[in-house]
Amino acid sequence: MAFEGLADRLQHTFQKIKGKGKVTEADVKEMTREVRLALLEADVNFKVVKDFIKRVKERAVDQEVMASLTPGQQVIKVVKEELTDLMGGEQSKIAVANRPPTVIMMVGLQGAGKTTTTGKLANHLRKKHNRNPLLVAADVYRPAAINQLETLGNQLDMPVFSKGTEASPVDIANEAIAHAKDNHNDYVIIDTAGRLHVDEHLMDELKQIRTNVQPDEIFLVVDAMTGQDAVNVAESFNDQLDVTGVVLTKLDGDTRGGAALSIKAVTDKPIKFAGMGEKLDQLEPFHPDRMASRILGMGDVLSLIEKAQNEVDEDQAKQLEQKMRDASFTLDDFLDQMGQVRNMGPLDELLGMIPGADKMKGLKNVQVDEKQLNHVEAIIKSMTKQEREDPGIINASRKKRIAKGSGRNVSEVNRLLKQFTDMKKMMKQMTNQKGKKGKGGFGGFKLPF
Amino acid sequence: MSFLKKLKEKITKKEEKEQVMTVETNDEVSDAEVEQDQAKERESIADKFISGLSKTRDSFAEKLNDLVAQYRTVDEDFFEELEEILITADVGVNTVMELIDELKMEVKRRNIKDSSEMKEVISEKLVEIYYGDDTEEMEELQLAEEGLSVILIVGVNGVGKTTTIGKLAKRLKDQGKNVVLAAGDTFRAGAIDQLEVWGERVNASVIKHSEGSDPAAVIYDAIQSAKSKGADVLLCDTAGRLQNKVNLMNELAKVKRIIEREVPGAPHETLLVLDATTGQNALSQAKTFSQSTDVSGIVLTKLDGTAKGGIVMAIRNEMDIPVKFVGLGEKVTDLQSFDAHAFVYGLFANMLEETEQ
Repeated sequence: MAFEGLADRLQHTFQKIKGKGKVTEADVKEMTREVRLALLEADVNFKVVKDFIKRVKERAVDQEVMASLTPGQQVIKVVKEELTDLMGGEQSKIAVANRPPTVIMMVGLQGAGKTTTTGKLANHLRKKHNRNPLLVAADVYRPAAINQLETLGNQLDMPVFSKGTEASPVDIANEAIAHAKDNHNDYVIIDTAGRLHVDEHLMDELKQIRTNVQPDEIFLVVDAMTGQDAVNVAESFNDQLDVTGVVLTKLDGDTRGGAALSIKAVTDKPIKFAGMGEKLDQLEPFHPDRMASRILGMGDVLSLIEKAQNEVDEDQAKQLEQKMRDASFTLDDFLDQMGQVRNMGPLDELLGMIPGADKMKGLKNVQVDEKQLNHVEAIIKSMTKQEREDPGIINASRKKRIAKGSGRNVSEVNRLLKQFTDMKKMMKQMTNQKGKKGKGGFGGFKLPF
Repeated sequence: MSFLKKLKEKITKKEEKEQVMTVETNDEVSDAEVEQDQAKERESIADKFISGLSKTRDSFAEKLNDLVAQYRTVDEDFFEELEEILITADVGVNTVMELIDELKMEVKRRNIKDSSEMKEVISEKLVEIYYGDDTEEMEELQLAEEGLSVILIVGVNGVGKTTTIGKLAKRLKDQGKNVVLAAGDTFRAGAIDQLEVWGERVNASVIKHSEGSDPAAVIYDAIQSAKSKGADVLLCDTAGRLQNKVNLMNELAKVKRIIEREVPGAPHETLLVLDATTGQNALSQAKTFSQSTDVSGIVLTKLDGTAKGGIVMAIRNEMDIPVKFVGLGEKVTDLQSFDAHAFVYGLFANMLEETEQ
């Protein structure tokens, strides 16, 4: 796979210098080269990368980093800190005009996802801020763009202002504001047509709308998959319209999303929201720190560890480990453990945080079904205390009872019992191996699964 | 003869051939309107590429010229800078590395010291990377010898699938084909309406179900309808989907199975539509869509912006999927056959003029 994470890349480099007692200037150069390539592969603009590398280099030759036993980890830490810094803090606030309605204008290239985002934003405003938005269909160029917005309006049960494809977008915007005032809509979201940033005629049209309606927010909608060109697009839209924020769409894909960094670097405008799916409630505040990890292909180990630490009782974890070692792990422990993992959040989100999880064969196409976990829980809870401690005693008639009690069927009970036995076997193997290899994994911290 | 001149000659020859061909067809069809249309289309391919790619060319060629001016000798710094220029065109790190290695070899082999000689070697290598061992032929659309041809259009959200279908339908119509469109995007709001507008514009019938229905069923109906109408080409629209959504990719595979089952030898083409502004993720798109639908060609859209579309090189290099069409604008006639020579010529046109002076 072409897309190696930074961690993998750096590991290669460190393998080479591992034997050396001292890290030389040449080694630093090679390391920064790997950082550079990782960022370029993630579609961060090369100019942005250049500046960035310069800063990392300065910090990397720092005594502290090089003298440490794990210079690789240190470099990654430096890179991540710098990245997070560059990405800025979390800002998903939306302006409120002193005199309603507050006007938001959506702009961007064709196919970035403006219309869908308009719908999502309206939904967000109503749900989270209790507002009453009016959607304005000002894309008169693309066939059926107005229908698309109207359909979204129907789905959301929200008013859509449209005047057909004959009216000029400037007039539509003007009239929409008046309409909103009459109908007590406190927000107006104008969906404009997608256009190239180099199309002077159409860019002038946006400027005209801007002068006419004086929007409180101008959101530039950008496809997260955009490559090196993101800089040109963002710079151009920002120069001509002075956008107030950015919405990054299609982040639920598998792109690294280096465009986010490029855009932030050249415009210095906050990325406020991220589109995370095709459904209308899948608009989330943008998390700069998570984006930094993603760009590096590191997975979000830090928040995973954080989550684990928050949720896992340390004493419990120790007990569990002991149980794993002497194989006295019971179904009760299994249930406990499952509960702890689930406390951390939705499972597929957790999987996404594990670096390399997307490359693991078994995990690649796992569609985690939370319902299944509920079923497992129900089955185990339908067992007696004795059964949970010694599943060996569960015979056919007990299985029937358990199945009835949990509302599942016997084959599911069988499957669970088999999985549990397999798991126990695996634990035995793993604890044996551990004795030989010594401590590994997350710096001695044992994840509870 | 210099490589760039050869390149130019090749393109001019091709144009002449095409013009002869259009003249021949004109003999048969004497409709004045058609003739006018074709005259417009005769606006040479190279010109279209040059105007469509003017921004690409300006920045790329300018940078290359700057590079040559800045570094008189061919050394490590020169290559590093060159690497950067290519990466800015979204060519992709792997392909760039490969290219740079090959260039370094070439420099040794020919004993090149002066950077001005590099321009030619670079463009030569670019064309070579694109074609590899293949014969340097333009990739034509594969259609059935007789009977119905089915073309499946796939891609992620917002790349321009429906627009491409409209343009493609127009193109096929102009060739005298009877075209039917299948509204297989039953998911996105307004997608069916959008295709219907295109159907009206190019005068092709659109087979549709209601929003939210099973796309495979729409395609099935469309095939039956196209068969009974005796249509030549069926263009199947599909909903945009991100390639990492396993369920949606399975849905697409099902659509393809239906087509295979109902029309032997179909789909004759599965075209992946790529947005030229897309960066390295386009490679992942090409790989995953190929797995589920066996992509036979690429349509590169939105090349009229400042994006360089260099990812085409990487895809051809790593996956061997040819680009069949490029979208160079919003007009219905702005879909052009992809010709790597014209593409590279467009990139280097400035330089060619300079060499000639």
